[in-house]
Amino acid sequence: MKHICPPATRPPAGGTSDCPPERKQTPRGGVRLTIDGLDVTVDQQTSVLEAARFLGLEIPTLCHDDALTPYGGCRLCVVEIGKGDKARLVSSCTYPAEDGLAVRTNTKRVVRTRKMLVELLLSIAPSSKNIQDLAARFGVQRNRFKPKYEDCILCGLCVRMCREQMMSGAIDFVGRGQKRRITTPFDKKSDLCRTCGGCQYVCPVCTLRCQGPSAPTDVCGSCLTMEPTCTDKFDEYMCYLGPTGVCGTCVSENKKCEESGGTKELCHTANTTQQPRR
Amino acid sequence: MKNKKPKRNGSGDPRLDKVLKPYKGEPREMISMLQDIQDEYGFLPEDALRQVAVALGVPLPDVFGVATFYRMFRLNAPGRHTITACVGTACHVRGVPRVVDELSRTLGVEPGQTTPDGEYSLETVACLGCCAIGPVVVMDGVYHGQVNPQTARKLVKTPAKAKEVVKS
Repeated sequence: MKHICPPATRPPAGGTSDCPPERKQTPRGGVRLTIDGLDVTVDQQTSVLEAARFLGLEIPTLCHDDALTPYGGCRLCVVEIGKGDKARLVSSCTYPAEDGLAVRTNTKRVVRTRKMLVELLLSIAPSSKNIQDLAARFGVQRNRFKPKYEDCILCGLCVRMCREQMMSGAIDFVGRGQKRRITTPFDKKSDLCRTCGGCQYVCPVCTLRCQGPSAPTDVCGSCLTMEPTCTDKFDEYMCYLGPTGVCGTCVSENKKCEESGGTKELCHTANTTQQPRR
Repeated sequence: MKNKKPKRNGSGDPRLDKVLKPYKGEPREMISMLQDIQDEYGFLPEDALRQVAVALGVPLPDVFGVATFYRMFRLNAPGRHTITACVGTACHVRGVPRVVDELSRTLGVEPGQTTPDGEYSLETVACLGCCAIGPVVVMDGVYHGQVNPQTARKLVKTPAKAKEVVKS
């Protein structure tokens, strides 16, 4: 097969387009991509999620486990790829790293999508601690959907755990559409099940949320809920010192500014003019 | 992995053996195996599914997942009479949910089940294509149009008179 130059690599000035310099930079069998402006070289077959985690970037997931095959069920790991009109969201756990790929993990669109996903998940299983924590992290403060109080979000982790790590395959998806659920055949105790508990161990929904005073809505006490951060003003999170969205500095600074007499507009513009150092 | 294995360990009935005989035991044959079993028995018995799993060398949940995924497979024995209510959009807005409720109540089974005496099985179908006469209930191949809960009950209780009570 003819070698095609990856889109991001440019032939050297005046040279022919056989792209040898790029070859030198990319180790054999590796691919070079950019994630949030950071260059990273990873092996082929690596997923974007793994590459991002290698860089220390945090991408939330519910259906991913390093030891199991990617499934792409929860969609929380969406990232944006492509430029301009062609920008699109893909699930990073199933998207293989490509040469010259420019991945953005925290754009406005990504954050908004994740927020919506968390809200939907929250309406399925409001009793799950993991989902409540995610809701708090993404600033989901309300739930517009009718809560279902399910105890399964069909992430398939237990199915894969049972099959791939426990070599058993006692449980699987049954039915389809609305009636899809995970169970043993005929809902009977399975001969294949060794009651190892692996399925419970990986389940993201089995952990109950804290049993403190229940909030009037199905979003829990929101002890972790922060105010919306810089995505209100910027297209991307402006966090280059700590984990994304954790600092909340922009919010507190705006508050301070407003409290000391500045108008809302003035304060926000003042903070917006600070350019990221990246 | 487990390709070379005897197809049966001798505990099943000869009917099933006959159905499974032409197959080589490759996982891709699963659906056609299940279809043949359903042709033979009218439904998929639990033992047959277990035998299919053994014959193909795949875990039983795989077979069960496929058998529950497709609407063409059924896991319980069909009754002597089949009552199929159309729950498509047109029939739905014309009030088929109440008809289905009434049928469920009269027969004492949920849609998809068969009465314990094996007389009736109640089914639902997405659309029968005759929306103009909806709500439609089909009993043993005879279409009954404009069914309401009362006529549906009569249909079950006195099937002989059904033609008189249901406009079709």
